[in-house]
Amino acid sequence: MSKSHSFRDIAVVSVASYQTKTLSEVNEVQLMADLISKCRNSAGVTQEEIGFTCSGSSDFLAGQAFSFVHTLDSVGAFPPISESHVEMDGAFALYEAWVKLQIGEVDTALVYSYGKPSAGSIIDVLATQLDPYYVSPLWPDCFSLAALQARLLLDKGLITLEKMAEISMRSQKNGFDNPNAVRSSKDVSFENLMNEPAIVDPLRASDVSEIADGGCAIILAAEDKAKSFCERPAWIKGIDHRVDSHTLGVRDLTRAPSAFLAAEKAGINTDRLDLAEIHAMTSTQEFILEKEFGLNEKTLVNLSGGCLASDTTMASGLIRISEVARRIISGQVDRGLAHATSGTCLQQNLVCILEGE
Amino acid sequence: MTDPNLSPASLSEEIEIPESISGLEPVRSVRSPIKLIYDFVPSPPVQEYLRSYSKKKILGHRSPIDGAVFVPPRGVDPRHGALIEESVELSDKGHVGNFCVTNLPIPGRDDLDIPYVSAWIHLDGANVGFLGLVAGCENDEVHIGMRVQAVWKKEEELGNTAENILYWEPTGEPSVPVEKAGNRAWDQRNE
Repeated sequence: MSKSHSFRDIAVVSVASYQTKTLSEVNEVQLMADLISKCRNSAGVTQEEIGFTCSGSSDFLAGQAFSFVHTLDSVGAFPPISESHVEMDGAFALYEAWVKLQIGEVDTALVYSYGKPSAGSIIDVLATQLDPYYVSPLWPDCFSLAALQARLLLDKGLITLEKMAEISMRSQKNGFDNPNAVRSSKDVSFENLMNEPAIVDPLRASDVSEIADGGCAIILAAEDKAKSFCERPAWIKGIDHRVDSHTLGVRDLTRAPSAFLAAEKAGINTDRLDLAEIHAMTSTQEFILEKEFGLNEKTLVNLSGGCLASDTTMASGLIRISEVARRIISGQVDRGLAHATSGTCLQQNLVCILEGE
Repeated sequence: MTDPNLSPASLSEEIEIPESISGLEPVRSVRSPIKLIYDFVPSPPVQEYLRSYSKKKILGHRSPIDGAVFVPPRGVDPRHGALIEESVELSDKGHVGNFCVTNLPIPGRDDLDIPYVSAWIHLDGANVGFLGLVAGCENDEVHIGMRVQAVWKKEEELGNTAENILYWEPTGEPSVPVEKAGNRAWDQRNE
């Protein structure tokens, strides 16, 4: 970040998240009413004290026009509140809230996002985000596109099937301690993962994300307000997001330059990084991002299990921020990176560096 | 600079078309049909509401915060974001809180003659309006505060749907004073 500006100190002070395979009868309003009130209660803050509310969700996922307006029922928008919404992952809603806090008009913000991919076909929903003239009418699914990316990585000798299995194994083992993990196993074996047949060659079932329903709520606060809500706030030391081309054919799919740049601008400093939570739909995308961030053995990756354990479209990125923040708030780690992605094959990337005092 | 007021046809004249496709009709639009299928499962409060509604019972939800009753029930008090679990059975009588005379047909409702009256019906015991049609009287007789009662479909036509009430007709009871009708009563309650 530029040193010519003076930035306000802003922190994550409270988080709540929930993920499960299928919510079936629980609707988005009920899910979020529960998570938002848990999140506000643990910070000891009421909606009337919150200066700005921002959410991330998708009408294409819900199958309902203006579905986010309906979900405002879970916030309690009376007396009237200052509110905004992004048709992106909640991590990008958090970015908007962070900007609002930087402007200095408000001192607190509520950010939330949610998704119920179980209601429809997630691969069809995600195909509609592609170029509407040349690509979307072909209905390529997100995992097939990620498989093209994986094939490039393998053919260039940048990754091996063994390395992919190691990433999947790490996810399943880490996910064991995460109550929100849908796919996890304490004693998953490397051999079993290697012997799995490919479902979208070269990706095996364990290489692709475990689609889950769920949501996440986060409270942000500035300066002294943050200290009053939380004993050890997770301060946002840097946050940045960058975009690569929407056109798949012009990108080197083995790289994610926008992730590299966002990390650099957010002030990553890999020598002092205890934890990285990475938002990636496949083991191979997780690999690409680790390389772009230049992570070394000092940094633990995806202690939550990441998206290979539980992937909630529209909320997975915000959940990465909540996973890093809650470990800082509890004192488990001091400094971490949270990453969120949007678009196809890591097109857009957001990096948030969090630190406790 | 291109004049933004030019028609699409005149814009296309400025484009140099390669010889191989010259003389062909320009592509002016692209169709990319999208069809997405969803399985929508109503939440438990909505399921309970629809099942009762098919038996001519109207359920509401009582807020744990201040006892306000919402209909139809959605499982949450939207003013506070608080979950609601308590159901209450409401009368199929109420008054017109507000209304609108519409002169435009509703697509798919050929049975509905225009002009028709849609209204917020404030059921006895509820704190918010419930949308419905008012009929059984002249349109110009409809007024704020008018007492009405539901006219249900025939028994054999009832189902788990929002369409069980055909319309609301006047009861002939004395009207609710305007200052106490509809959301005005709600405002007084909050004062």
